[in-house]
This record gives sequence, C-alpha cells and structure tokens, in this order.
Amino acid sequence: MASPNAAARRAGGPPVPFGVARLALYAALLVLALTFLMPVYVMVVNSLKPLDEIRSGNLLALPISWTIDPWLMAWSTAQIGVQPTGLKPYFINSFLLVIPSVVLSTLIGALNGYILTQYRFRGDHLLFAAMLFSVFIPYQIVLIPMAKTLGLLGLAGTVKGLVFVNVVYGIGFTTLFFRNYYAAFPGELVRSARMDGAGFFGILWRILLPNSSPIIVVTVIWQFTNIWNEFLFGASFSDYSSYPLTVALNNLVNSSTGVKEYNVHFAGAFIAALPTLIVYLLSGKYFVRGLMAGSVKG
Amino acid sequence: MRAHLLARLLISPSALLILVCVYGYIAFTFYLSFTPSTLLPQYELTGGASYKRLVGLENWSVALSNLWVFASLYIGFALVLGLGLAILIDQKIRAESAFRSIFLYPMALSFIVTGTAWKWLLDPGVGLERSVHMFGWTSFSFSWIKDSELAIYCVVIAAVWQTSGFVMAMFLAGLRGVDSEQVNAARVDGAKTWQIYLRIIIPQLGPVFVSAFVILCHMAVKSYDLVIALTNGGPGRSTWLPSVFMYQYTFTRNEMAVGAASAVLMLIAIGVVVLPYLYNEMNKAKHG
Repeated sequence: MASPNAAARRAGGPPVPFGVARLALYAALLVLALTFLMPVYVMVVNSLKPLDEIRSGNLLALPISWTIDPWLMAWSTAQIGVQPTGLKPYFINSFLLVIPSVVLSTLIGALNGYILTQYRFRGDHLLFAAMLFSVFIPYQIVLIPMAKTLGLLGLAGTVKGLVFVNVVYGIGFTTLFFRNYYAAFPGELVRSARMDGAGFFGILWRILLPNSSPIIVVTVIWQFTNIWNEFLFGASFSDYSSYPLTVALNNLVNSSTGVKEYNVHFAGAFIAALPTLIVYLLSGKYFVRGLMAGSVKG
Repeated sequence: MRAHLLARLLISPSALLILVCVYGYIAFTFYLSFTPSTLLPQYELTGGASYKRLVGLENWSVALSNLWVFASLYIGFALVLGLGLAILIDQKIRAESAFRSIFLYPMALSFIVTGTAWKWLLDPGVGLERSVHMFGWTSFSFSWIKDSELAIYCVVIAAVWQTSGFVMAMFLAGLRGVDSEQVNAARVDGAKTWQIYLRIIIPQLGPVFVSAFVILCHMAVKSYDLVIALTNGGPGRSTWLPSVFMYQYTFTRNEMAVGAASAVLMLIAIGVVVLPYLYNEMNKAKHG
C-alpha cells in the first residue's frame, strides 16, 4: 500500500473523501472565484443593457432587454476626444504598435540571449545586469529625455515612435527570457555543431532557434500583453492620430461630458481587454510561465 | 575568433540603446533635477532648489503618504491572499486548473480596463452599493471612492484583485517545490495539515516571499495607470501617488525640474529594494 505521502499529495494521489472540511474548502474557493469573476461579469452584462436599464436597475442583474448597441457605439461612433470615431482606429493603432514591437524585441532578445550565453567578453555580466535592472526602473525616470529624443527624431506623436520606445524598454525582458533559456540549453549540441564547422549564424539558425519554440511563445505572449496593456508611454508620447487603445479607452471613460454612458464604457473596456484575454485563454500555461520567468529568476 | 567579433558587434546596438535610453536618460533626468527647468529643459545648474521645493510641496507629501498607505496594504494583502489562494489550490482539489485560471486572469488585463470596471463597481450611484440596496439591505453604504479619506483604499482593492492571482502562481510554484521528506515525516508523526503548513512548508517559502515582495514593491511605486483610470487622482488629490505627481508637475504644471526630482526619488526608492535582490540573484546564478 502506498502511504498517503506528500509525493502522492502533489501528484494528484487518491481522491480525498468528502467531509465538512472539504465542503468548506470548495465553498471558499467558489466564493473567491465568483469574486474574481465579478468585474468581468459586470462588464459583459452591462455592456448588453440599454443605458436606462443600468441607471434604474441592478448592476449585477442580467439584461431585461438585450442590446448590442453599446458595442457598436464603443466600436465605431463613441466620442474619443474631438472625433466620434469610436475605438476602432485606436484598436488598429494598438495592433500596428504591438506587432512590430513584439517581433523586433523578440528577435533582439533571442540574439542577445544567444550571445550572452555562448560568448564570453569583457563586461558581459555587467551588461546583463544593466539590462536586467532596466526591467525594474520606474519609467517616469526616462519620460522627459525620451520625449525630447522622439521630438528630435521626428517620431513624437507617431505609432513608430511608440514602437521604438516599447522595443527599447522590452529588450531587458526579452534578453532575460532567452538568456535564462539558453543558459540551460545542452552545451554539447552547440559544441558539436561548432566542431562540424557551424559559424555564428549557423548555430543560431540551425541549433538554437529551432529548439526555442517554448521560450519564443512565452516571450511573444509576455511582450504582447505588456505592450497591448501599456498606458504611460502611450499617454506621454502619442496624439489623437496615434493613441493606443488604452489611452483612447481612458479618454472615452474619463473625458466624456454630460451623460455617463456606462454601457458604452463597459463595452469599450471589454473590447480593450479582448485580445489579451483571448491570448490568455488560448495559452494560459505559457502565460503563467512567462509571468514567472519575468519575475522570479535573475 | 571571427564569430567572437561578430557576437560583440551584434550585441552592441542593444548595449548602446540600454546605455543611452536607460542609463543616459537616468543621468539626464538626474541632471535636470538640479536645473531650473520649467516648460522646457534648461541646462544651468542651480543646486538642489527643486528638491527643496519638492519636499516642501503639500502635493508631494500627500502623494508620499498615499504611496505609503497604498504600498503597505497592497503588498500585505496581495501576499496574504496570494499565499491563501495557493494553499487552497494545493489541497488536491477538483478542477484545479480552472480555479487557477480564474484567479490569474486579471493579470492579463490592462490596468486601464481594470480601473474602468472597478470605477463603476465602486461608484455608489451605479455599482455595488446600489445592488446591495436592491437586494433589500437599504442601509448598506459603500461610497469610499467618493470620500477623499477612503478613496485610496479603492485603489488598493482594485490593485489586489489584479495581482493576487499572480502572487498565487508564484507561491504555488514554491509549494510544489517543497521538500516532501519533511512533510512525510511530519504526517507520519500525526501532524495536522495546518501544522504542516505553518511549521514546515511556509518557512521554506522564504525566497518566494522575497521575490514577490520585490516585484510588488516595484509595481506599487510605478503604479500610475490604475489610479488614472479608477479615480484620476481624485477626489481632489486624495489618490495622488508619486507617479501622478511626476506626470502632473512635468507635463501639465510646467515644473520640469520638480517632476525630474520626483522621478529621481522614485528610482532611488525602487533601487533600494531591487538592487540588493538582483545582486543576490546574479550571485546565485553565477555560483550555481
């Protein structure tokens, strides 16, 4: 007979009999889960109600008369600043920002991770430490000079400028991910490839990158969520034509004059949340791994 | 050693970008904090006048005391709730991965989205207070977000909701790595589950506590988006944090030197917590 030891406890073991303690455990978990789900439930439910139903009714209740008008308004006619454009152009801005930023920062991270693990040079540890610390700096410390730089480069108020900023401050994260991954990569593989005459790019293209899909997925998810959700740089360096979605949403919610259209705000918030939620639902496992890799290991 | 040269060549753009856009900019902001810059940067040095002004500003003391309240409660509650969730999840429950996902998903959302959702939930006119009234408990009152004394606690609620799942994930990883020999021995000796957690498992989670603490600290000091979306610093300036202060003074009040000085103090605050931690982690990595 296997003893009810911790190994079994961890590995799933035999099912535990259902007693009062178990019941309390599940009750607690259920209450907590409902609490955690409530804000998104409220967002969705109220984005499907007409405004007067929110004003007169219960925020937690299901809609009596269902409507998708708030979604349509949030998407294409809501007032963001001066123009009644809805969130659509800003949704597109965010994609135009996220895609090149993620691709570039991931490629740079892979290259840096490869170099920092396979080549020794003077100051390599210092360089890595410097990159690592850049992950933790409060971005307020770089706002003023970066605003000036973007102005000098003619990139102020453009999506390109935001791509530049997000790539620069993403290098620390992506390098960290790839460096830690390649540090654990079997050295014999690289050595034997080198013996077979593989050069710098040969090792990267034929040995490392083909074996990097787990860390590429993690890095892409991490960078995608971070940059999609980013607000401070967007608020500081963009204008009406280049707002990312987070900034547009905040303008919609905080600057609307007159009647507060809660249902449109809820729909807008959900539209802004959708891409990262989808990524999270499709790749929860990697999402967690990315969070952990970005935080725990140095 | 041609590859070696190539390696150094290819990492140099990154090194240069980090050198200029991180450390160069830090130096630039540091320099600006000693100038009389207002709307535009000015470059003559005038000593620590802006720091003097900063420290004397009531807005700054409000931001600092708010940060103190916010950071201590946020970090405390996120750690406790995160550990609690991890322990609950660790009880060999059914649908473990579903629960894990539910507790963690807020981390996928933008603080702007979170702030928007909680803004209306916490608003007494439309949100939870009214819902509770409609369920029949009409004397229930929850209008913290409108109260300048209590609004900062609303920021804590939303921030804890957003990050405690992440802390849970860290603790869960820690729990799964706990030495099972000791747990076995204690179980054979007839120890109860809570005793095993209290005496054996939690003491082994020290490194996770440290990591989580450092990350939460740095998130607390950086917090900006959530405050902007949730309360926009209000009512009045009752939810200003140093991040809000920095933005206000730099970009809307044309006191760039004071804004720069506040950013320098924020960096120092983070550096004090993060640098020893990173130093320690780097050493661990070097020596296996």
